[in-house]
Amino acid sequence: MAGKPSESLGRVAYVNARLVDPASGLDAPGALLTEGEVIADFGAGLFAEGVPEGIKVVDCGGHCLTPGLVDIRVQLREPGDEHKGTLASGGRAATAGGITTMVCLPNTDPVIDDMSVVEFIARRARLLGLTKVYCYGAVTKGLEGLALAEMGMLAEAGAVAFTDGVKAVGDAQVMRRALSYAGTYRLLIVQHPEESSLAEDGAMNAGETATRLGLQGIPRAAEIIIVERDIRLVEMTGGRIHFAHVSTAEAIEAVGRAKARGLNVTCDTAPPYFALNETAVGDYRTFAKLSPPLRAEADRQAVVDGLKNGTIDAIASDHAPHDEDAKRLPFAQAACGGIGLETLLPVSLEFYQNGQMSLTDVLRLLTCAPADLLGLRAGRLEKGLPADLTLFDPDRAWKVVADDLLSKSKNSPFDGRPVQGRVLRTVVDGRAVYGREG
Amino acid sequence: MIDGASDTVQFAHRHLLGIEGLSPDDITLLLDRSESYVEQNRQIDKKKSVLRGRTIINLFFEASTRTRTSFELAGKRLGSDVINMSVSTSSIKKGETLIDTAMTLNAMHPDVLVLRHPDAGAAKLLSEKVNCAVINAGDGSHEHPTQALLDALTIRRRRGRLQGLMVAICGDIVHSRVARSNIHLLNTMGARVRLIAPRTLIPEGVERLGVEVFHDMKEGLEDCDIVMMLRLQIERMHGNFFPSIREYFHFFGLDYEKLASAKPDALIMHPGPMNRGVEIDSEVADDFGRSAIREQVEMGVAVRMACLELLTLNQPEAEQRNL
Repeated sequence: MAGKPSESLGRVAYVNARLVDPASGLDAPGALLTEGEVIADFGAGLFAEGVPEGIKVVDCGGHCLTPGLVDIRVQLREPGDEHKGTLASGGRAATAGGITTMVCLPNTDPVIDDMSVVEFIARRARLLGLTKVYCYGAVTKGLEGLALAEMGMLAEAGAVAFTDGVKAVGDAQVMRRALSYAGTYRLLIVQHPEESSLAEDGAMNAGETATRLGLQGIPRAAEIIIVERDIRLVEMTGGRIHFAHVSTAEAIEAVGRAKARGLNVTCDTAPPYFALNETAVGDYRTFAKLSPPLRAEADRQAVVDGLKNGTIDAIASDHAPHDEDAKRLPFAQAACGGIGLETLLPVSLEFYQNGQMSLTDVLRLLTCAPADLLGLRAGRLEKGLPADLTLFDPDRAWKVVADDLLSKSKNSPFDGRPVQGRVLRTVVDGRAVYGREG
Repeated sequence: MIDGASDTVQFAHRHLLGIEGLSPDDITLLLDRSESYVEQNRQIDKKKSVLRGRTIINLFFEASTRTRTSFELAGKRLGSDVINMSVSTSSIKKGETLIDTAMTLNAMHPDVLVLRHPDAGAAKLLSEKVNCAVINAGDGSHEHPTQALLDALTIRRRRGRLQGLMVAICGDIVHSRVARSNIHLLNTMGARVRLIAPRTLIPEGVERLGVEVFHDMKEGLEDCDIVMMLRLQIERMHGNFFPSIREYFHFFGLDYEKLASAKPDALIMHPGPMNRGVEIDSEVADDFGRSAIREQVEMGVAVRMACLELLTLNQPEAEQRNL
């Protein structure tokens, strides 16, 4: 039911909805009107007298109508690794997950360290007309961690922030210069916080489970060291940093302390780090091989606390598709990463289901909070903003079956998990790009 | 007339190691003295005999065309003997230390040693070891006092004053001795100084030297009277300070578009050598109405004549020096 970009959109009334807008704190029954590609009006009293002639009506059935989800960490694999995923397959999976804006990492082939790649991705995504795609530019040329990429010009071309993707900028002097240089243009650097010299030989979290399985461990300190180091560098350079997918208690504490001191430091995490722990690796289950690795229960609990108390600013899917050949290998040789676009919402909603957070608070972490981190015009209900919307039933129960997911690669760490929360309709720029019957 | 006047002026320092520490009177004295040589240098007969019998040694440990030539001409026009020593021909190549070289030269009784060296503090070190006057012609990223003086002379001749002018120094500040000398001089003389560069090229704590820092050319150039461009000193850069020349030029190269936010009659300066298309657009560099780049070179000779003269005449008696 994806709309063609050429169709005339007209006006659409979404009635009988539970409007939830975390940015304004709104959570009330009401209706929303889109006109063309933008939100024209919304509120409790809208269409109280009925919907006038000539407006298409969508009955939301009392379900939640919210700003479309904003996912600030995905790997789409195009260009370069289309056998693992494409902008089209990732776009379809994202719409099914209620995501209307996503930001892809620069670890494509070619790497996003040149303006032409930024423009290529923007053009391809626009033609597809699915979930909006923004991209990160590389911090260093070729993601090699040595020479700075043209961050100023990449930003002008449309890169929203800068990262070396699944690699940390390891050299302290390079990171110092990167933060300093990016600060020239007030650009954000996103770091994958992991000291590679400590992590490169490991396959999972260091500890008892790794020891029993006979796998080399990745110590928690690999993450903590880089977080603490980079906070010092931010202090020295006046730059801005965001740590992706933090997974350890001490890293979260360090971010909390930095925030208290007024430094420009933020972080996010991904569902596996609050919904799973290292025991998911079980009997060498490679779908649970992630980077950073799934940690021990105490760290998982610290991530939960960090989300609840606001130290962790957002949740991202960390979508990392891999084909079977990359995962059906001895654990140590298997690729890191799991898909996450279609499980982002329901796994995050577990906080709401088990009473740990309000629905608004969960959705904030998935909409306006990530949008604000990257300065994206998205993630909130506001007149005049693009009509990027998600309609979902927060209580609908279903079971994650990897093979049923739309993602081209099926490597979900949540395969088999019973969840609650089903996306019914996804709207991008006023167009329904995903719909589920019944 | 100039010869007669030289007996009456007194410069309060034995060496010229930097601008930092000079008083407004010191600087004014040097500039006034330089001014008198500008006209002389435009005559057919440029030679005077103020420094007849004196010996000046140019000791250059870094490549230089304009500064070395400028000092050589200045010395010769004042009637002194000038010796040029450069790294490629000196014993440094054979392993001699800076101080040994200096002591060797000192034994030949020069009156002035003009030193250029890649390391900050080299001129100071030399001045502690020799009996003659030392002029710092650039020590690492520290100071280049005669450049700042010639810049000031150029500005003063064009604008009639230094006091109250808004001067932007743009580019590779972190590696620039020219910037440091200019910051000290302009602040001492009551001008206001702005620095414009990517953050990586701004040295830490520079605000404490009394400057305003900008990272955007259009913002920083607003209402400026003087725009000083600096060369990117790639040879001093270890690691990366910026991603590419094209990105640098795009954001920090001086072209007419960026220049438009400065005052309409803003003067464009560059200490040279220029890298066209890197820090400055050719069109702007060659704009006769606005660019003072060639005039700076002319002022350089006059300024160095004044420095050589004032320092030489300021020295203790020969017998005392040579004890």
